Amino acid sequence: MTLLRIPVLTVGTAVAQIWANKVRSMLTTLGIIIAVASVIIVSSVAVGLKQYMLDQFASFGANKVWIFPDWPDDQPERYTWRQVRITPEQARGLLENCPSLKRISPIMNLQARVQIGDKLRDFVKVEGISPDWHEIEQRFVTVGRPFKSIDEEEKAQVCLINDKGVEELGLPADPTGTVVLLDSRRFTIIGVVETKTPSPLFGGRNETKVEMFIPFSTGELMRPEPGMYIVGQTRGAEFVDDVKAEVRFYMRRARGLGPGEPNTFGVEAIDQVIGEFNKIAAAFSVGLAGLVGISLVVGGIGIMNIMLVSVSERTHEIGLRKAVGAQPAVIMLQFLVEAVVLCLVGCAIGIVLGAGVIMLLKLAPDSPVGKSEIPVWSLILSVGFSAFTGVVFGMGPAIKAASLDPIEALRHE
Amino acid sequence: MSIRIRNLAKVYRMGTEEVHALRGVDLDIGDNEFVAIMGASGSGKSTLMNIVGCLDRPTSGTYELGDIRVEKMSATKLASVRNREIGFVFQSFELLGRATALKNVMLPMLYSAQWWGARKRAKDALASVGLAERMGHKPNQLSGGQKQRVAIARALVNKPRILLADEPTGALDSKTSEDIMALFRELHNKGQTVILVTHEEDIAGYANRIIRLRDGRIVSDYPTDKDPVHQDYIQRALEHAQRMADDNAQTQSKSAASLAAVSASLAGGAS
Ligand SMILES: Nc1ncnc2c1ncn2[C@@H]1O[C@H](COP(=O)(O)OP(=O)(O)O)[C@@H](O)[C@H]1O
Ligand SMILES: [Mg+2]
Repeated sequence: MTLLRIPVLTVGTAVAQIWANKVRSMLTTLGIIIAVASVIIVSSVAVGLKQYMLDQFASFGANKVWIFPDWPDDQPERYTWRQVRITPEQARGLLENCPSLKRISPIMNLQARVQIGDKLRDFVKVEGISPDWHEIEQRFVTVGRPFKSIDEEEKAQVCLINDKGVEELGLPADPTGTVVLLDSRRFTIIGVVETKTPSPLFGGRNETKVEMFIPFSTGELMRPEPGMYIVGQTRGAEFVDDVKAEVRFYMRRARGLGPGEPNTFGVEAIDQVIGEFNKIAAAFSVGLAGLVGISLVVGGIGIMNIMLVSVSERTHEIGLRKAVGAQPAVIMLQFLVEAVVLCLVGCAIGIVLGAGVIMLLKLAPDSPVGKSEIPVWSLILSVGFSAFTGVVFGMGPAIKAASLDPIEALRHE
Repeated sequence: MSIRIRNLAKVYRMGTEEVHALRGVDLDIGDNEFVAIMGASGSGKSTLMNIVGCLDRPTSGTYELGDIRVEKMSATKLASVRNREIGFVFQSFELLGRATALKNVMLPMLYSAQWWGARKRAKDALASVGLAERMGHKPNQLSGGQKQRVAIARALVNKPRILLADEPTGALDSKTSEDIMALFRELHNKGQTVILVTHEEDIAGYANRIIRLRDGRIVSDYPTDKDPVHQDYIQRALEHAQRMADDNAQTQSKSAASLAAVSASLAGGAS
């Protein structure tokens, strides 16, 4: 009963005590303030950076995998181009054999000669793609319509062009319906595809090239043995490893590779990049934990020091309280509560400071940490560790106060 | 709640030197007594008071407070006994400077099991020492006598069985001292056991029993009206007052009143 009432009543006393010594308290809790502010800032920036990364990935396709021809490292001369290349048949069987894949698109590279009216261009990048490509690459049409499965089935003579192409080839803003000759075949433009330039952080370059797209099946008519690769999308980030295993199993079987033989293809996923990021984040966290640990110890020593000062300043008062019947445990509790309140005040200042810094960081235009947010766990961690520091470092002074002899304490001025 | 002390000794060690503050004290104090402990400075009065008040423990000997064996108790148990059974009044008041009179009086209840109604009981205690109007004042807004009344209210608020006062008038002028002693007298008349330390015969005169200490031993223990030293002191004081009155009577007759006042105050304790 008493042990419950005292902390409640003591919080008020403690706050008053701290308020009466504002400057001293601020300086004392500096360690705590720094520790908490750094936890808040770093954890928030980490959230912001991660969100930024994810946004970047999402903008050029989240959960993406690539399947491409790849000569084995050790004895590349053993395998011919025919053995290594990805075939349209292999691409067609992929989806039903790999349940963790959500969608795929084979991509065929053709360099074609393009003629529009009297304008002629050689070696234009033309890609044969299937309709799911839009979704996987997150590149949609701004004018006209995207590819549909009917284009694929009918091997339609239609094409898409990017906005750079519209500009370079002198097409009208809405070029749909324009007839284009690709390697002397007639194609009709059905839409304009947006051009995505990934952030330089991810190897994006500013120069964009003219790009044209045709249905994959139409491409097969033009190139019987095309150079191609496959892009796919997993059902979610957590399926990446499944997809890799399924693809390897399927591809090895499709190619009739024996148990001792190496893979003649590659499967890569974007998760490698994310994995790298997570490694960096983990290293960061360890560094942060160290920093926080040191700050808290420094802060704790400050707290201990000020509490010892407080005990000796108030020795007389402690003597009086004991004389009227305060039990040692109650006195101890009073000083512990005071130490904890002191730490929590420091913690609150640290949180405000950290939040302020985050707000300033977010003000910068195009900041990669623009989406920084204070994670709840960092608040809980800060409050928890501050209180813990208060208890640990307040314990010594509190025990000292509790064990004072009432008469000697009363004699103390 | 009687006090039973046997062969009590207290030795202070200061380095290699030993100070024998109490050297074998036997003492019984019953319920509703009003006892004055007297003696020269350094005779061990405060040491004895502190042990009786459970603020300190004897080096040897036994102390029974009712059925409590005090000398065997832990610091925590002692604190509870102080809180419940003892009210202590100090020479220097010992009030919390930043707290109001009311908050000061509430302090012991903060550490007792009965917090509910603390404010009400503190107000009652302040009213009973005549300070109902000064509850919101801080110590620096009160006179010495008022501060000591607050301290007495605080000592009484948990309804202790024993009220202890170590030179309660030591820091007060003589008029205020008389008021404070009248208050003790009144409390005693209502049934309160009171033990006080003083080195002034005037103050001791308010008690019913006088115990004299010298060098840590009890050298005399009499009812006030049988204490030879005290009776001798009264005698001399009365004679002195008589002489003054006689001198004055020749010039002014109004001194009769002052004589009456002096005799009344001196005889008051022995009544
Ligand atoms: N804490 C202490 N340490 C050492 N000596 C003490 C202490 N308290 C009291 N004394 C000594 O014990 C003797 C009795 O002191 P005290 O009880 O205070 O006397 P009184 O109250 O009658 O003046 C004195 O000689 C005093 O110096
Ligand atoms: Mg003394």
